[in-house]
Amino acid sequence: MTDLPEIAPAVTLETRPFWDATAEGRLILPRCNACSTVIWYPRLFCPSCASDDVSWVDAAGTGTVYSFTVVRKGQGPFAPAAPYVLAYVELDEGPRVMTNIVGCRPDDVTVGQRVVVTFADTGEATALYRFRPADR
Amino acid sequence: MTHPLRGQSAIVGAVDAVSPTGSLDRTASQLEVDMVRAALDDAGLSIRDVDSVISTSGMMASLDLAERMGVRGRYTDTTMTGGSSFEVHVEHAAAAISAGYCEVAVIVYAATPRSGKNPFAGGPSMGGDLPFLEWDLPYGFGLPASSYSLAARRHMHEYGTTSEQLAEIAVAFRAWAAKNPNAYRRDPISVDDVLASPMVAEPLHKLDCCLVTDGAGALVMTSAERARDLRRSPVYVLGAGTAHTHGMSISQMPDLTTSGAAVSGPNAFAMAGVRPADVDVVELYDSFTITALMTLEDLGFCAKGEGGAFVEGGRLGPGGDLPTNTNGGGLSYTHPGMYGMFVLVEAVRQLRGEVVDRQVAGAEIAVANGCGGVLSCTSTIVLGTESTL
Repeated sequence: MTDLPEIAPAVTLETRPFWDATAEGRLILPRCNACSTVIWYPRLFCPSCASDDVSWVDAAGTGTVYSFTVVRKGQGPFAPAAPYVLAYVELDEGPRVMTNIVGCRPDDVTVGQRVVVTFADTGEATALYRFRPADR
Repeated sequence: MTHPLRGQSAIVGAVDAVSPTGSLDRTASQLEVDMVRAALDDAGLSIRDVDSVISTSGMMASLDLAERMGVRGRYTDTTMTGGSSFEVHVEHAAAAISAGYCEVAVIVYAATPRSGKNPFAGGPSMGGDLPFLEWDLPYGFGLPASSYSLAARRHMHEYGTTSEQLAEIAVAFRAWAAKNPNAYRRDPISVDDVLASPMVAEPLHKLDCCLVTDGAGALVMTSAERARDLRRSPVYVLGAGTAHTHGMSISQMPDLTTSGAAVSGPNAFAMAGVRPADVDVVELYDSFTITALMTLEDLGFCAKGEGGAFVEGGRLGPGGDLPTNTNGGGLSYTHPGMYGMFVLVEAVRQLRGEVVDRQVAGAEIAVANGCGGVLSCTSTIVLGTESTL
């Protein structure tokens, strides 16, 4: 088992500010100024009220494991990293995001566990947001 | 009040090509034409009768296929919703036929992911700025099993569903496959066998996951009026419903334990004027055991969260109260990437009473449920024999 690979995301013009922030170790989220919905995945359009009045706000970087799997058979660049934890974390601001849980053994992850964001530099001016247990 | 589209169109031809070896020695394009010809022959129609070609494997798929066959159509559809595409096609064709946009529609699918003769095996390739590539893929989201395992884990967390209960589903479908000479996997399995198979993405084991095989199939649809003059007993479209909750990214699914079938199912049943208790045979998309379990709950065969207990005791298998996936399903019969075609073909066969060892006696009403993407788009078709009109 090796460390997880740092796969650079496919950044778009619309999502550039989000990824620029990750490179600085900050997690930001788009928030609708019309109805206050915190939007995920990031887009400059509110799927709750159809407004395009959207601003970026700082996230706390904390959340709870909503569900997770231990991937035993990874594909491509992830093959040597298996077993690894793929998880769906519910951020305290509301959105649920796909991510990895790192900094603990896969067997120690549970649904409902509190987690904190940690960033992994991709070397391409972006960083992946992963999460580690809050109690470590 | 009876829905105006209820029973107004029928499936009059239904065939598939599946090999117990898992491989078919034909290209996907050849198989598509093979299937259209065979389905038309089944119906007692010819290629000259066709005025609508519907398929979805690649860009402008239906146009290229029609061109290959020498068909100039007046209605076409290439809707791509993953594995539920064919149920959506039946829904669309039923509406188009009833409205007079076309009279004879063929719906076709072929893929050869096992023998690898088709570069687009299983469906069109992904590209562009899909959210999936930006927000999911960097975290190691390669296998579809990963998405479904997240749903399974959440279902277990909320409702106490167990791996043993999920395994019961694989065991039941394998028992049906043992009665189907074309099934890829026919050896009986036990719950312990499923639990002992390698873990792919916890909590899903290898035997919780569908096969990878070649496969092809086609359906012919026409108006109820014309159907009565054709070779086979018509299988009428009584109800249809579609619902989608998200795209290729399961992180956008509102509730990991509930699929769109909770909407498409009740809508299709309401249109058909039947209840789940009236259904004689269920054919559903079992990409993974959890998909089947959630679908049974969402269609209303049991309450949300009770699927685990519901599938215990062989209820879905031969001799059980709710015969389900009587061909062996995607878990044991075939799974070329988009299994929804085979769901429909088997439902038609059961209602025609034409299968041998696995025939559900007296089957009059069948439900065919497709589920495509990553639990993204569900489409439910309620089918019935002449006696249900």
